[in-house]
Amino acid sequence: MLEIKNVKVEIGSKSILYDISLALKENEVMVLFGPNGSGKSTLIKAIMGFSGYEIAGGIINFNGKELNSLSIDERVQLGIGIMYQHPPKIRGVRLRQLAGFLSKDKDEIESLAEKLSLQEHLDREINLGFSGGEMKRAELFQLILQKPRLLLLDEPESGVDIENISIMGKVLSAYLKEYRAQALIITHTGYILDYVDGNKSCVMVDGHISCSGKPREIFKFIQENGYDKCRECKCPVSS
Amino acid sequence: MSGQLLKKFDQEDRSTIASSGMDDTEKTRSASFLQEDSKIHFSHALESGIEILPIEDALKKIPQASDYYGSAFKELNRDFPSDTKGGYFIRIKKGKTVELPIQSCLFLKNLGFKQKVHNLVIIEEGARAHLITGCSASRAAGEAQHLGISEFFIHKGGYLNFTMIHSWREDVAVKPMSVALLDEDASFVSNYICLKPVKEIVMYPTAVLRGRNSRASFNSLLLTHPGSFQDIGSRVILKAENTSAEIIARAVSLGGKAISRGHLKAESKNVKAHLECRGLVINEQGIIHAVPELETGYRDVEMSHEAAIGKISKEEIEYLCSRGFSHEDAQSIIIRGFMDIEILALPDILKKEIKDLEDKNLSGSF
Repeated sequence: MLEIKNVKVEIGSKSILYDISLALKENEVMVLFGPNGSGKSTLIKAIMGFSGYEIAGGIINFNGKELNSLSIDERVQLGIGIMYQHPPKIRGVRLRQLAGFLSKDKDEIESLAEKLSLQEHLDREINLGFSGGEMKRAELFQLILQKPRLLLLDEPESGVDIENISIMGKVLSAYLKEYRAQALIITHTGYILDYVDGNKSCVMVDGHISCSGKPREIFKFIQENGYDKCRECKCPVSS
Repeated sequence: MSGQLLKKFDQEDRSTIASSGMDDTEKTRSASFLQEDSKIHFSHALESGIEILPIEDALKKIPQASDYYGSAFKELNRDFPSDTKGGYFIRIKKGKTVELPIQSCLFLKNLGFKQKVHNLVIIEEGARAHLITGCSASRAAGEAQHLGISEFFIHKGGYLNFTMIHSWREDVAVKPMSVALLDEDASFVSNYICLKPVKEIVMYPTAVLRGRNSRASFNSLLLTHPGSFQDIGSRVILKAENTSAEIIARAVSLGGKAISRGHLKAESKNVKAHLECRGLVINEQGIIHAVPELETGYRDVEMSHEAAIGKISKEEIEYLCSRGFSHEDAQSIIIRGFMDIEILALPDILKKEIKDLEDKNLSGSF
């Protein structure tokens, strides 16, 4: 279970998130909406423990263990995994090498690569010369091999064509069901909602969680009214 | 698996020699040569079409050898030391394709020994060969020096893939000098790997593309340890039309100083040349100085270079940490990836071997 209690996050000395609280139980998927710059990615990066994302107040717990002082890899050992929005390129390191570290099951690597149309990318340097969609598929590929209990997905479908969104959505959905995993998903387009049943969602505006509800209802509301109306809504997040 | 080739050496020296690319069993080699200080231990070919012998013997027995001797340096009006002792003469006969690599090793054994060798490699018309040369030093060879003079003659349509592994020690000084002359349609690939500590290496091998359609590429992987000084470059002079050249260098400084030079000089129109140098400085004591040079008086040439030096990106380290690697392991993976053997144009038969050597040499380095 992920519990975020009264968390404040600063980048440099600038406050980005103010008093964020939310909770996610086993098998729950939360969709995080919000305008650009509202702090959604900051929340995910703070959960993962990336440098520069200073938790200035509050506590993040995962399965009863406080994350605040843990290194990134220690958080991974607890079962947290992230899918980057803009992953870096790593020269000379092939996707197959990372896959081999994440899973010892060669058949699993091959069959997942086939499902995500990544067979030809396995022997390429990570993200070097990959299109936007290829990077996203490679991210999902690594994440699934990693077998996390909590998936942090930062705009998984951005830059991906419709056909591949469908493939990725099905792979993700099947994983969440099979492993009863939790996920926190950031989306702008909402396409991923066609494949992943979100249990709940919230809207982040200006570093605050301003609204929560069922993902499809919230998304429809945002489409019709924009984020300005969300600023006015101050309903608390139910856990 | 150990063979018989190095049976006269003790276990430690065998291991040192093997770590610079010598296959003790010779199962994957077509010829072998080994010189310890000034003593030549063996020099033999395992198939026809290859001549391999100590340079002094070649100068006595093979009339053409003396015509070649020093002539590559004379072509560039350069002097070369004449007080050498030892070195190899290798000639691949016209039209012969040698599938398995030829191996050689120049080994320093005794304290303070100054090894000075002169090597000649001749690839006759249409012949093809791979040569792997390892240069290494015994634990006892403190304060030793190595000066290797090499001349490569690649005749019409010939091909030479030359891989040199330097595996010295922290108090050994090394100054190789080499010139390659290429005739029409000839190709020369030079792969250079230096991953072990060394006191000083200064080298600037040069290839002269004097025949039309000839090609040269120099690829190097350098790891500079604390206290090491490495001034290493490659130069290609493109003298004929339709020639092409490429220089690719990767340098990682763990605290020493690396000067990575590259000089492409077009002395003809219609040539293509590219130079790429990338450097990673791992700690604050490390220095990398990249000196890429392009030079021509012609308009119809296509020449380019790119050079980039930096530290390891924090984003890359954290990306790997987010896959479960510790910070130290992530850094090591990035450095190993940066020193990617794929930038070397190695023959398939040597790829795995060199990768294993690299893994062994890099293990525990950072």
